[in-house]
Amino acid sequence: MAKLSRLAVWKFASCDGCQLTLLDCEDDLLDLAGAVDVAYFPEASSKMAQGPYDLSLVEGSITTAHDAEQIRDIRAQSKHLVTIGACATSGGIQALRNFADVSDFVAAVYARPDYIDTLETSTPISAHVTVDFELQGCPIDKRQLLEVIGAFLAGRKPVIPQYSVCFECKRRGNTCVMVLGEPCLGPVTQAGCGAICPAYRRACYGCFGPMEAPNIPALSEQWRQLGAGKRQIRDVLRTFYGWSDPFRRESEAHDH
Amino acid sequence: MMEEAKHGPPALIGPDDLELLIQALTHSGRQVVGPVLRDEAIVYDHIDSIADLPAGWTDRQAPGHYTLEPRADAAVFGYAVGPHSWKRFLHPPVQTVWSASRDAGDGLGFDLAPDPARPYAFVGVRACELRAIEIQDKVLRDGATPDRAYVARRDRVFIVAVNCSQPAETCFCVSMDAGPRAKTGFDLALTELLDDDLHQFLVEIGSEAGAQMLAGIPHRQADETALSQANAVLERTSAGMGRRMETDGIKELLQNNPDHPRWDDVANRCLSCGNCTMVCPTCFCTTAEDTGDLANRTAERVQKWDSCFSLDFSYIRGGSVRSSTRSRYRQWLTHKLANWIDQFGTSGCVGCGRCMTWCPVGIDLTEEARAIRAETGVPK
Ligand code: SF4
Ligand code: SF4
Repeated sequence: MAKLSRLAVWKFASCDGCQLTLLDCEDDLLDLAGAVDVAYFPEASSKMAQGPYDLSLVEGSITTAHDAEQIRDIRAQSKHLVTIGACATSGGIQALRNFADVSDFVAAVYARPDYIDTLETSTPISAHVTVDFELQGCPIDKRQLLEVIGAFLAGRKPVIPQYSVCFECKRRGNTCVMVLGEPCLGPVTQAGCGAICPAYRRACYGCFGPMEAPNIPALSEQWRQLGAGKRQIRDVLRTFYGWSDPFRRESEAHDH
Repeated sequence: MMEEAKHGPPALIGPDDLELLIQALTHSGRQVVGPVLRDEAIVYDHIDSIADLPAGWTDRQAPGHYTLEPRADAAVFGYAVGPHSWKRFLHPPVQTVWSASRDAGDGLGFDLAPDPARPYAFVGVRACELRAIEIQDKVLRDGATPDRAYVARRDRVFIVAVNCSQPAETCFCVSMDAGPRAKTGFDLALTELLDDDLHQFLVEIGSEAGAQMLAGIPHRQADETALSQANAVLERTSAGMGRRMETDGIKELLQNNPDHPRWDDVANRCLSCGNCTMVCPTCFCTTAEDTGDLANRTAERVQKWDSCFSLDFSYIRGGSVRSSTRSRYRQWLTHKLANWIDQFGTSGCVGCGRCMTWCPVGIDLTEEARAIRAETGVPK
């Protein structure tokens, strides 16, 4: 019998939600356990086998000097490295620190700021090492995760569309919330969630990050016509994917 | 008005008879689909009764805007087309084409997805939508490689058309010669007639199946008054079109202007979100996604609505052929209004206005075409 591929799951600054998505795969988890050797996954098992690994899934952003060193080591031990989630792919919600002075936060939050050793910024994995594939979402979608794992095991390209949420929204038969008057991030956000929020009459929050060709200035122009103010536009763009290039540029254009 | 009365003379029915028609369609084993109020819009969904129809409601539409409004009367068809079109049923957004699984040995078994068990009956199909179905027939049924699932649904559908009484700001079916009068392609066609105290429907018969269905419900022969009332409704609708598209020489206009500066202008506004193609009743493109399970036991091919606004759509080895929004919008509009004529012998646009109402930033194709015409040598 062929040797099983070795899988490792890593965590940096993050909430664990994406790793939990993997544990949440229910029946498919048994298939996964049969298809790969889960060599390193501290969230799930106390077995922590040494590398090298065929596939490393990386959750979380780089926020300390230690992280920055460790990710290089992980890269060196991994044949394929796939980031999972908003943190690993764009810096996550904690990248809000990048817009301010981190020492102010540290001073405001911790009783002993001198105990805290952190970098000025929260950055995506790709700012430090080469990444083979970035799976977006906060948290990621479990079907998409299984697709990515399956594709890497089979040596094929994952079927992860990069078009807008609107594709899924329209296929689902939702009525567009933005045309009804609500500023929505769907047109510039990547599909994958299945257009959950608009299905419940909520505008998209952009938790799957920028789509392949986001035209955010045109979208925010329309938001202005719907009555959104500068501050509101900036804040809506500055959440899960606030540090991703397109979202950051447009939020900064609304800073002052 | 009745050039085509070969299946029987036009009749009159009341709301109670329309209820009986819906029930008769259900009893004939069909799944009846019609307009319903949902999520602040009038969409198409399963109906059981006339009580499901949006009585007393209409819509106000503009590029990028849609709002429901109460009507002063109890009209059940007093609205223009909404975000859904019938392609959702005949050419569904997501469908499994085949699935495969390993058998006990080393072989693979393939299963074609089964045809839908129950035929559809559509209630409330507008003239522009009849034309859109006719256009999709050319693409998906009558071409060299028919779409099996489309043909299976299409050939069994029963169509109750409705002549429009209330055009939207975004309607231009008159320009596209696609409405507002339903001329062919239906089994029965209704015109809703509302007087102070009289609510009735003029019924035209378009097929033998339609004649049989009508025979099963109470009706009386239409009188001259009803016929002229129906004509007046349609004249008012024709006169009330909110938009106009100049179609003279439009094929050459678009085909000869690939470098027009307007394409840059629209590219600045367009989000490349794909909504226009998803809501367009004639856009037919799909993609196929193949997936398998981790254990390598089963695989499936799923067909999904696709759009020329995605990068993958034109991806060939080395990258996307249409990598800019400019080239994608130009492709969409030029195909729809010009190249479609070369390819299928008809425009791809029926003037329903959905692509502008449901464009989140309200891009209006009649305006884009006009802008290109305004600054070129092509005669107005
Ligand atoms: S191009 Fe626009 S107006 Fe024309 S048929 Fe399609 S959605 Fe309707
Ligand atoms: S024209 Fe409008 S609906 Fe179509 S892709 Fe552009 S922004 Fe989206």
